[in-house]
Amino acid sequence: MSVATTTAGEVTRTISSGRRKDRSMGSLVFLGLLWFSLFFGVMVLLVLIVSTAVDGASRFDSELLTNYDSVVRPETTGFRAGILGSLWLMALTAFLAVPLGIAAALYLEEFADKERWYNRLIELNLQNLAAVPSIVYGLLAVAVMALLGFQQTGIVLGGSTALALLILPVIIITTREAVRAVPDEIRQGSLALGATVWQTTWRQTLPSAIPGIATGTILGLSRAIGEAAPLVVVGLAGSLRFDPTGVLSQVTALPMQIYSLTSRSQDEFQHAASAAIIVLLVLILGLNGLAIFIRNKYQRTW
Amino acid sequence: MPTHPATASTRNADGAEMAAMATVTNDASREVSVVPPEAVMEAFGLNVFYGDFHAVHDVNLNFGKNEITALIGPSGCGKSTVLRCLNRMNDLVVGARVEGEVNYHGQNIYARNVDPIAVRTQIGMVFQKPNPFPKSIYDNIAYGPRVTRMKVDSMDDLVEESLRGAALWDEVKDKLKQSAYGLSGGQQQRLCIARTIATKPDVILMDEPCSALDPIATARIEDLMLDLRQEFTIIIVTHNMQQAARVSDRTAFFTARPDETTGNRTGLLVEFDRTTDIFSNPRDKRTEDYISGRFG
Repeated sequence: MSVATTTAGEVTRTISSGRRKDRSMGSLVFLGLLWFSLFFGVMVLLVLIVSTAVDGASRFDSELLTNYDSVVRPETTGFRAGILGSLWLMALTAFLAVPLGIAAALYLEEFADKERWYNRLIELNLQNLAAVPSIVYGLLAVAVMALLGFQQTGIVLGGSTALALLILPVIIITTREAVRAVPDEIRQGSLALGATVWQTTWRQTLPSAIPGIATGTILGLSRAIGEAAPLVVVGLAGSLRFDPTGVLSQVTALPMQIYSLTSRSQDEFQHAASAAIIVLLVLILGLNGLAIFIRNKYQRTW
Repeated sequence: MPTHPATASTRNADGAEMAAMATVTNDASREVSVVPPEAVMEAFGLNVFYGDFHAVHDVNLNFGKNEITALIGPSGCGKSTVLRCLNRMNDLVVGARVEGEVNYHGQNIYARNVDPIAVRTQIGMVFQKPNPFPKSIYDNIAYGPRVTRMKVDSMDDLVEESLRGAALWDEVKDKLKQSAYGLSGGQQQRLCIARTIATKPDVILMDEPCSALDPIATARIEDLMLDLRQEFTIIIVTHNMQQAARVSDRTAFFTARPDETTGNRTGLLVEFDRTTDIFSNPRDKRTEDYISGRFG
């Protein structure tokens, strides 16, 4: 039946019948289920954070950040070594992982012939690497450090090696996505002017992809800062009473220190650990917030 | 404007476009010799394959100095592929293979000792969609000379000269440091033309340069092409037959022939002649059908 012959009476019957299919029983039940799932997930997280915050409330003071760990006076124990250690680890991790990750991603996106078997192998490997348990990277870092002849365990370089290996796949994958988002017209325009592939990559593709790369890197680092498992394997101490002074210095990290404190029996240590967890959460949320900010501010629509 | 079958056809008889066409300064008086004067580029037995797919079959063409040659034909007839062979942009397509010769001043650009990068500095290209770089207007123009390490006395002068050459200077002279993305589509396309002429090429290839533009911007680009013809040799691919009729000196008509066994469509050259002859007196039945709007 053509639209032209539809009469007003038919229209009233078909579209204003007084019922709404979107409000049927089945739809409402399904919607309710979705709401419950959302509510459940958010509630668990909220309860966890609030109870941790309440636990640690008594320790939100400056000593928490500036003091070393103290067994003698548990009520003033602090996380100075852990916080500084985490900062050192992050800096060196970024230094090791970012150039390697960007270079690998650029090779795979801009230079590699995707038909070649070895490039396909790298590709497959990369996807699997992202799913490897973090403790395995710790073992790998131990092996690397031993091969390089470092006698000492628990140093900044060892921990950073493990964390860099851990976040390398994350950086490579996000960089590749950022590079792929740069439209081909830009590359072709550059090449048609007589630029080499290298010049095109360096002067056009890479600068356009920087916001995406920065976002990926920060998200990778925010994952690394919360990791304890690979650091345990590398032999980082749970507690130290001195600041790290270089890449070869002994170091501890915030998650390591939290782990060590929760295994002690006194209540003061439990409270301090809870307060430190909140500090760690704030750090991670801050990093993620920065990533979102960069993404929104510099995101380019082509 | 002479009435030829193409303008009489109803297929593109969009009112706005017709109005814009009236503003194009068509120099119908221009004499076009029967034989191209001095061939800047020639294609001999050009065959292009994408993997096993035979995209273009045996094309022979020559492009005269300071002339505009239009490549027309239905979609999939290989005209863009031929164009992209002329400055080796097809090298960048994985699996593309070119057979035959493309001579530029007698030198085969597919010879073993030829550097495709050097070819592209001599034979520039303007694309279908305006593709300015995400940089300032100034840096867009300066990019080519910088990457090719061209000897430039004053970059400011070169930028001005190129923008004047592309009839864009008056519109952008006060905002050279602003992003090229702030320009309109037509201005962006003229910027891309300015960017191309900044590297002082000999030949400019244009791949449907107006297909993303409105009729007024199209008319300006067409005017510009007629100006640029004084200095450059221009080869243009277009879907718009009126455009070919308006600007080109010579026209090559391509069509696609389906393979009997696989059904893959291979492009081939049907007719190559002076534009006036192609449109008023086509020798091939297929050309006549196409330009009169009966197929394609």
